[in-house]
Amino acid sequence: MKEKKSKEFLEKLLEKQTKGQLKPSDRFDIPCQDMPVQDEVERRDNINEVAQGYTELQARLEAMRCIQCKNAPCIKGCPVEIRIKDFVGAIAEGRYKESLEIIKENSLLPAVCGRVCPQEAQCQKYCTVGKKFKDPTKAVSIGRLERYVADLDRDNNSIPEAGAATGMKVAVIGSGPGGIVAASDTRRAGHEVTIFEAFHKSGGVLVYGIPEFRLPKSIVKKEIEVIEKMGVKIVCNFVVGKTRTIRQLMKKDGFDAVYIGVGAGLPRFMNIEGESLVGVYSANEYLTRTNLMKAYKFGDGADTPILNSKKVAVIGGGNVAMDSARTAVRLGAEKVYLIYRRSEKEMPARIEEVHHAKEEGIEFHLLRNPKRIIGDESYRVKAIECLKYELGEPDESGRRRPVPIEGTEFTIDVDTVIVAIGNGANPLIQQTTEGLKFNKWGNIEVDEHCRTSIEGVYAGGDIVLGSATVILAMGQGRTAAAAINEYLARKKPKGAAS
Amino acid sequence: MPHKIGTKKQLSENVFTAEVEASLICRACKPGQFIILCINNEYSERIPLTIADSDSEKGTIRLIWQRIGKTTAELADLKEGDEIESIVGPLGNPTHIKNYGTVVCVGGGIGNAPLYPIVKALKEASNTIITILGARNKELLILEDEFTEMSDELIVTTDDGSYGRKALVTEPLKEVCQREGKPDQVFAIGPAIMMKFCCEVTKEFSIPTQVSLNTIMIDGTGMCGGCRIEYDGKPKFVCVDGPEFDGHKVNFDLMIKRLDTYKDKEKSSYEKYKEHKCKIGLDKNK
Repeated sequence: MKEKKSKEFLEKLLEKQTKGQLKPSDRFDIPCQDMPVQDEVERRDNINEVAQGYTELQARLEAMRCIQCKNAPCIKGCPVEIRIKDFVGAIAEGRYKESLEIIKENSLLPAVCGRVCPQEAQCQKYCTVGKKFKDPTKAVSIGRLERYVADLDRDNNSIPEAGAATGMKVAVIGSGPGGIVAASDTRRAGHEVTIFEAFHKSGGVLVYGIPEFRLPKSIVKKEIEVIEKMGVKIVCNFVVGKTRTIRQLMKKDGFDAVYIGVGAGLPRFMNIEGESLVGVYSANEYLTRTNLMKAYKFGDGADTPILNSKKVAVIGGGNVAMDSARTAVRLGAEKVYLIYRRSEKEMPARIEEVHHAKEEGIEFHLLRNPKRIIGDESYRVKAIECLKYELGEPDESGRRRPVPIEGTEFTIDVDTVIVAIGNGANPLIQQTTEGLKFNKWGNIEVDEHCRTSIEGVYAGGDIVLGSATVILAMGQGRTAAAAINEYLARKKPKGAAS
Repeated sequence: MPHKIGTKKQLSENVFTAEVEASLICRACKPGQFIILCINNEYSERIPLTIADSDSEKGTIRLIWQRIGKTTAELADLKEGDEIESIVGPLGNPTHIKNYGTVVCVGGGIGNAPLYPIVKALKEASNTIITILGARNKELLILEDEFTEMSDELIVTTDDGSYGRKALVTEPLKEVCQREGKPDQVFAIGPAIMMKFCCEVTKEFSIPTQVSLNTIMIDGTGMCGGCRIEYDGKPKFVCVDGPEFDGHKVNFDLMIKRLDTYKDKEKSSYEKYKEHKCKIGLDKNK
């Protein structure tokens, strides 16, 4: 019934559109299109994707909400500056293939970004439609539209062409989103590109970190196949700094340029009592066991175990915390508490993830923070003691600083604690690369072109930014690739006459 | 790139050794370092194993493992010419090798495997080496010949007295510490409980003691933190901060409990594997 009505509605709009009579006021009248999702009770027991994607009708209607404003502020909100206005406009007119082509000019991973980008903090934040309604949640759903056209093309990935061979070799360290973009962009310029990955599977955080229910691994696999078909070589089980050093890659193995995109480093812990008890996980470990190693299939197609937790406390308020909490639900936890020291407003997680987490029954304990983790006689977690917090003056991040309120201790019975408060820098490259400059947090120092202190060596993503997002890492991969291409164009090929 | 298994031998009832193709790792590895392997990328778990030896000419490393669970049993069932899908390394920091003077090297059970390359390197650095090897019984003692060749003095103990002295390794260790001109350095590698008691002995005599820890790991590059231990009251990661540590600062009790995190699951997984093997008649091949 509803579907029929919107169909008629769309037809009227289409008619106006063809006649060139579609006014902004008509567009404002179109209701925001909600993404269909898997039933909130049912999905607690499976790992399938939660958000199901728009129907064609929904995509058309949502795209028509875009008023095609002249200055298109959304584009400036996108770290890789996708021509958003144009790709949305193409969807509104039913030119889906063209729409995807527009996206692919700037982003190689639309199916991924449509799902995991924090759009409300980027493109959608600046959307004129959202501003007009004075409600950012009423902005055009750019991410969902991006996903729609990307998914349409899922079985038909076009392969970008590699340029004429230059005889130059590029090493990309890490096969995460930044590495994938850096590899594809340098390959397009005709260089011989090899990606080195430490894990036994490629994809980085897209594979070990982001859960299946948010980003199906089949999608990631597909995107990686594209770069392989472009001629990028991927070498797994290779730890740069251990298997070979950057110096060896450049001096002995003939690589002319290197992009370092090694991603998240050591997981941060809170430095409180009880953090090494049995049942305390870093989010990295919890998610890696589940996603990369498929511990949810333990005993039935996967050999990596994970605890059968019943009561779980997740510490943190970012996407990784949401992913951990929602993973715990799917692994059979009866109670999952999300403990965050600030209020919901300061949570860095995507709004959609927070919303889905709540729907799935995760209990939010805001303005609370652990003081210690309590174990039983066999060193297993049995409870977590927390303190209540309040918000004080803004800190360096611009968010109001959480301040503990003395004497407000309380305990929650849990058997598992997952710490999701971010990552420090990975020390391996620092320990093994002489001459590479790092800041005091152990992150690599780069200029605006992602150039490091060593000639020919570039870096981006988490190892530079600390904690970044998929799209920021991709943005840096792109910047670095452009700089690498320019650098190699100036450099003479090996064996060339001088 | 898969890694082909070369010569493979059974050293005792549950201990196996194999030479495995690993052309890059064998060139980069140093004593004290380890690898992580994954037999099959689709379903296997990742387990850390010490590099017992390497041959850069042949392009191989030597692994020694004890059959204690599903993965190590599956590894033991692989034949020469079979392949391990993934091996990554060398991981961890190499042993700090120098001339300490007199060094006591204590190996227990499968710990003899990681101890061997260290003893070899210490010998090359002109140390006087007293090796103490312990095993539950004669059958389970491994690498005795190799250690005999490298050691100035070798003491063997067995729990049941079936070979060497009937004692735990801590007994001769204590005696050596009491000798005039006590040792300058101790290396102890073996079951966590053995390392714990060795450290209690050497602490009494204030002899610096290095232990090599084999905790649960996934990535081995510092990303997951599953391998963390309590060291001097603070968390340390075995994969990037170790695997060797000053044994006097390690909280062994906690480490032992963490090693047992998945004990029940590991047991059920192993049982299931044995049952499966029995069904398809694999067990009859032996």
